[in-house]
Amino acid sequence: MSSSTSARTDDPPAVVLTGITKRFPGVVANSDVHLTVRRGEVHALCGENGAGKSTLMKILYGMQPPDEGTIEVNGEQVRFRTPSDAIKAGIGMVHQHFMLADNLTVQENVVLGAEALHGIGQKARKRIIELSGKTGLNVDPGVLVEQLGVADRQRVEILKVLYRGAKVIILDEPTAVLVPQEVNELFDTVRGMQEQGYTFLFISHKLDEVRAIADSVTVIRRGTTVGSADPKTVSSRQLAEMMVGSELPSPETRESTVTDKVVLDVRGLKLMTPDGSRPILDDVDLVVRSGEVVGIAGVEGNGQTELVETVMGMRKAGSGTITLLDADLTKLGTLARREAGIGYVPEDRHRHGLLLTQPLWYNRILGYQTRKPTSKGIWLDTDGAKKDTERIVADFDVRTPGIDVPAAALSGGNQQKLVVGRELSGDPKLLIASHPTRGVDVGAQALIWDEIKRARAAGLAVLLISADLDELIGLSDTIKVMLRGRLVADADPNTVTPEDLGSAMTGAGATSASVQETGTAHGTAVVEEGAN
Amino acid sequence: MGHLRGKLLPPALAIVFSMLLCGVALVISGANPLSAFGAMVTQVGKGSTLVDIVNSTGIYYIAALAVAIGFQMNLFNIGVEGQYRVAAVIAAVVGGSIALPPGIHTLVIIVVAALAGAAWAAIPAILKVTRGVNEVISTIMMNGLAIGLSAYLIRRDVFGELRGNNIRTAEIPESGWMPGISFGGGGTMFGFIFVAIALGVGYWVMMNKTRFGFELRASGESSTAASAGGVNAKKMVLVSMLLSGAIAGLISLPELLGRDHTFSLNFTAGIGFSGIAIALLGRNHPGGIAFGALLWAFLDKSGLALDNVGVPREIVTIMQGSIVLSVVVAYEVVRRFELAAEQRRVGRELGTVGGAA
Repeated sequence: MSSSTSARTDDPPAVVLTGITKRFPGVVANSDVHLTVRRGEVHALCGENGAGKSTLMKILYGMQPPDEGTIEVNGEQVRFRTPSDAIKAGIGMVHQHFMLADNLTVQENVVLGAEALHGIGQKARKRIIELSGKTGLNVDPGVLVEQLGVADRQRVEILKVLYRGAKVIILDEPTAVLVPQEVNELFDTVRGMQEQGYTFLFISHKLDEVRAIADSVTVIRRGTTVGSADPKTVSSRQLAEMMVGSELPSPETRESTVTDKVVLDVRGLKLMTPDGSRPILDDVDLVVRSGEVVGIAGVEGNGQTELVETVMGMRKAGSGTITLLDADLTKLGTLARREAGIGYVPEDRHRHGLLLTQPLWYNRILGYQTRKPTSKGIWLDTDGAKKDTERIVADFDVRTPGIDVPAAALSGGNQQKLVVGRELSGDPKLLIASHPTRGVDVGAQALIWDEIKRARAAGLAVLLISADLDELIGLSDTIKVMLRGRLVADADPNTVTPEDLGSAMTGAGATSASVQETGTAHGTAVVEEGAN
Repeated sequence: MGHLRGKLLPPALAIVFSMLLCGVALVISGANPLSAFGAMVTQVGKGSTLVDIVNSTGIYYIAALAVAIGFQMNLFNIGVEGQYRVAAVIAAVVGGSIALPPGIHTLVIIVVAALAGAAWAAIPAILKVTRGVNEVISTIMMNGLAIGLSAYLIRRDVFGELRGNNIRTAEIPESGWMPGISFGGGGTMFGFIFVAIALGVGYWVMMNKTRFGFELRASGESSTAASAGGVNAKKMVLVSMLLSGAIAGLISLPELLGRDHTFSLNFTAGIGFSGIAIALLGRNHPGGIAFGALLWAFLDKSGLALDNVGVPREIVTIMQGSIVLSVVVAYEVVRRFELAAEQRRVGRELGTVGGAA
C-alpha cells in the first residue's frame, strides 16, 4: 500500500481545493477551505455534523458552484457546472442516502443514465460483472435491488460510480447505515480498490473509523479547514479536539431515575405493508416508565419509523393496543394522542416538524392548536403563541434575530432546538424522539441531550430512536433491538458496546452477555435468516 | 416594508408586463395601444359602467374566495363553475316555488344555494377522501354534469317555462328579492355586494384567527407536518371542499336576487374559471382577491369601449391571461428572492455567513 502511494508522489495530486468559499445563507457555509488529496490514498474529511463537509463535497461534485476558490483535478484547474462535469473528470460520489430504484435490477440501476457507455445489454452486463469483483459485490446483475441488504446496496452505489469511470470516489458518511461488521467489510473493499489505484475521499465524523482506514486526515470545523493530521500518530482525543475546538459533549446520563409508573404500554402491535403482504411491525410489546429512556436500536428500515408513526396515530395499526397512563389511545387520532400528553420530535424536522415558510411563532402552534397557550376554544391565541415562542427561544438558546423569521431561515440545529422546545412544552408525559440530534451542530446536540436528561429526571418517559449508537447507549436506561419489525433483544446500556449492538441489529444473534434475546423462537429464526 | 413590497411588487410587475405585451399585440394588429387603453379608462365614467364594475367585482370576489379556500390547502376546486350553476338553478326553482315573508324568503334562497353548492362539491370531496380520486379530474367532470343537470331542470316538463324564446324557471316573487342601491341612470348596485364584503371579512378572520384556518394553512404548507401535528387530512379535505362549494353556491345570487329573479338560458357562465385566475392573482389573500376581482371587472366592463375605437375586445382576454401567467411567475421569483434575503439577514444578524457556524 505504501509503495503504491510513494510511487505516485511525483504525480500531481488527484484533487486540490484552494480557498473554496461558499456563502450559503443561514446555515453553515464553507470559508477558505484548502484540501489536497494525493493520488491513490484514502483521505478522510472529518468534522462534526453541520461543519460543512457535505457542502464541500457538493461543490467538488459539481452540485453547487463555489463563490470563490478553485478546484484542480490531476493538476488541471476545472470548473464543474453539473455532476456530469465532475463524472467526466473522474470524480464519483456515493451519497449517504442511497439513490437506487428498488424495483429495478442491479444492472438497470447501474446503467440508468449511463446508457451511452456500454449500452444496456450484454456488453453492459459483462462490464458490471467485471467491476463487481472490485467492490466485493457477489450478486447477479439481474437481481432486483429490493432484494439486497444495506451493505450490498452500498456496493451497487460504488459500482455505479465505477461504471461511469470514476477514479476518485467520494464516500459521504458511508458507515452511517452500516453496523460495525459491515463497516469492516466496506473497509476491506476500500483497501482492495486503493491497491488498484483508486483514490477515496472518506467523509466521516467517526474518529475510530477514520483512524482505521485513512492515510491522511483533514479536519473541517465551522466551515473551514482547521488542519491536517496523520491518522497513524494522532489520537482520537486530539482529532476530537480539532473537530470541536473544545471538549466533546457526552450523552452519558448518571444515576437512574426510572420509576415503576408505566407511562406507555404497547401490546401486540401489528402493522402490515399497504398491500398486506408482510408485516412491518410484528407483535411489538413495549413499556416505557416514568423517568425512563427506552432506546430502540436497529438498522434503518427495520420498522422504527413505522413504530413511532403508529404510536403517534399517523399510521393505523392492524391490531394491538396502545395505552398512555390510564388512557387507551388505540382508537384515537394523532391530535388526541398529543393532547393526552405525547410530545413528538420527528426524525425529519423539515417534513414532519415544521412549516418552513411560516414564522417561528406560527410553528409553535403546530400540534398544539387545541391547547393553551396557543389557542382558546376555536380561536388561535397568537399573543400566547408569540410569548411562549419567546420563552422557547430564550430557554433553548434558539439563535434567531426574532420570532417572526420563517423557520427555513434558521440553521438545522436551531430548527431542531425549536422543535424540541415545543415538544417539551405543555408538560408531556411521554416524549418520542426520533434521531433528535441528527444533522445538528455540537452545541445544539449538547443542549438537546441536556434537556432530555432534565425532563427525564422530572419524570418524563422517553422513547428514543437513534442511529447514533453512542447517543443511544449514553442516553438510554433500557435498549431494545429492532429487526424486521420485531423487538428481538434487550441490551443493558451500562455494559453493551456498539459492536455488540451492531451484531444484534443485523440478526447475527447475541455475542455478549449484555444483549439478551427476547423470545427464543424469534431469536433462532433471526439467527438463521442472518446467516445467509 | 420589505414584507409589503414582496406582496405588492409581483402583481404590479405582472400588470405592467401584460400591458406591454398587449401593447405589442395591438401595435402588430395595427391599432394604437394608447388610444385603446385611454378608451378603456374613460369608459369607466360613462353610463352605468362604474356600477357594473362594482357589481361584477362582487361576483368575481365570491367566486375567487370559493377557489381560495381550496387553494389554501392545495386543493384545486376547478368545480366552482359547476357548483354555482347547480346552486343557481336549484335556488331559483326553490325560490320561485315557495311563498315566505320578505327577508326570510331571501334568506332561505341563500341557504338553499349554499347547501346546493356544498352538495355538488361533496361528491368529489367524498371520492377524494374515500377513494383517492384526484379532485381536479372529478370536479372538471362534475362541471360537465352540472351543465346537463341545469339544462334538464329547466325543461318545460320539469321546472321550466317558456317565456318569449327563452326557457327559464318560475320567477321568484318579490318577497325573495334582495334590494339594491339605485344610482338612477348610473345603474343599480346589487345589495348582495355587502354580503360579499362580509364573506371577505369572515374569510380573513377564519384564516388568521381560528384553529380551522390554522389547520387549513398548515395542511397546504406541508401535509406531512400537518399530519404529525395532529391535523386530520381527510377531515380537512372534506370540510374545505364543502365550504368552498357552499361559497361557490352564492356566486349567482347577486344577479338572481338583485336583477334576474330567474334562472334562464341567459345565465352568466364562466365565473368559476375567472375565480381561479383571480384567486391566483390575489394569492388567496382577501385584500388581494378584492383587487384582482376589481381588475377583472374593470377589464371586462371597460373592454366594451374597445369596439368603439376599432380594437377587437378580445385583447382584454389576452391581457387577463397574460396577467395570470406573469403573476404566477413573478410571485415565485419574488418568493425565492425574499427567502434567500431573509436567510441572509438572519445569517448576518447572527454572524454566521461566510465562515462560522
